Amino acid sequence: MQAARLIPFLSLAGLLLLWVVAAILTDDAQILPTPWTLVPLFNQELVSGELLTHLGATIIRVIWAFALAMTLGTALGLVMGRSARVNSWLDPWLVIFLNLPALVLIVLCYLWIGLTEAAAIIAVTLNKVPNVAVVIREGARALDPDLDAMARVYRMSWLTRMRHVVFPQLAPFIAGAARSGVAVIWKIVLVVEFLGRSSGIGFQIHLYFQLFDVAMVLVYAFSFICVMLLVEWLILQPFERSTRRWRTA
Amino acid sequence: MIRADIKSKSFNGTPVLGRVAFEIAPGETLALVGPSGIGKSTLLRILAGIDADFEGSVERPDALAFVFQEPTLLPWRSVLKNLLLPHPDLTQDQARDMLVRVGLEGKEGLFPGQLSLGQQRRLSLARAFAQAPALLIMDEPFVSLDSETAEVMLRLTESLIADHRPATLFVTHDTREADRLADRTLTLRSHPGGAVID
Repeated sequence: MQAARLIPFLSLAGLLLLWVVAAILTDDAQILPTPWTLVPLFNQELVSGELLTHLGATIIRVIWAFALAMTLGTALGLVMGRSARVNSWLDPWLVIFLNLPALVLIVLCYLWIGLTEAAAIIAVTLNKVPNVAVVIREGARALDPDLDAMARVYRMSWLTRMRHVVFPQLAPFIAGAARSGVAVIWKIVLVVEFLGRSSGIGFQIHLYFQLFDVAMVLVYAFSFICVMLLVEWLILQPFERSTRRWRTA
Repeated sequence: MIRADIKSKSFNGTPVLGRVAFEIAPGETLALVGPSGIGKSTLLRILAGIDADFEGSVERPDALAFVFQEPTLLPWRSVLKNLLLPHPDLTQDQARDMLVRVGLEGKEGLFPGQLSLGQQRRLSLARAFAQAPALLIMDEPFVSLDSETAEVMLRLTESLIADHRPATLFVTHDTREADRLADRTLTLRSHPGGAVID
């Protein structure tokens, strides 16, 4: 059991080792610096406040886009999963948006709305909504019709039905969409910042890309990866466990 | 008085029910029998208002309870919540009393998955009787229980019906159940235009 818990740490240590070996073999800090050379640069950015400022800007965009995409995608998926008629009307739209490259949506949003915060968040949201909708639609199709009938017979209010009958059944699908959503959204946010914002991790990566400073690109990228790992471990995994509590009781 | 006057019910153009008309007086218990797949469950769903896609009319009271073939509980909510959520006017004490009545005292905090099938069916019965229904509909409530548990459940149902006196319609394949619980029996028989009542 304890050995199983050690596996993720050993796996990460293996990745770190691979990086060190690759850096030594490359023997060019401008191409691939060793992990320990990033530590002073990280400290420097942290102390100056630059890292936290840009990290904060990106996190705010991720939160907005995540909340909007999950809300809209869940509502859309639920309606499409419950109504064959709505599904037959909206499914072609979904297929188009699913296959529209993220970059195209981002560029179009910037062109139509302007290089604004709203355009950035809308672009990220539109990229993620179809994925959430597809996952939740599958969940809505799998809803137990007998529980639905029971809720109707006993005249449960809409709110009670949603909270106690529908959403507990959708919870595994919502958790899955949320986990993949966070992972995809922050990557798209970085592209959005790269292309059209003057703050955020993506903007900083763009800046250091122009300066060909691989070390600083890695400092900013890894900082945000660490934040996302914390979100995964402290928020998403506990949420997923709480939704499964009744199964393991 | 509960009145059903169903003229027809079809699924994708295939007639399932033909003319089915009957009344149930308050306090009266009717057994509904007939071969498997003839449309008994469909008739119950129409009577309960779950299926509104039929020709005809049904007069039913608002205070309605349904005991499904399966217990149909919320597996992610506690036993107590399974009683309180469908009956928001029920107090916690009333709900606990009902659980005692069906032999589930001390199980309030458990999830349905932690109960045996017999206990889940007791909870399903408790939910049905929690707020004195005027109409009780049961779809093979004792199916897939061993004979001993089925007998215990039958006795419990008998006593709950005697206490609350709802108009009751239940589906069964067991003539012993029909004889024990029902004042009269309706038989669905097949007919080219959909099943009808004898």
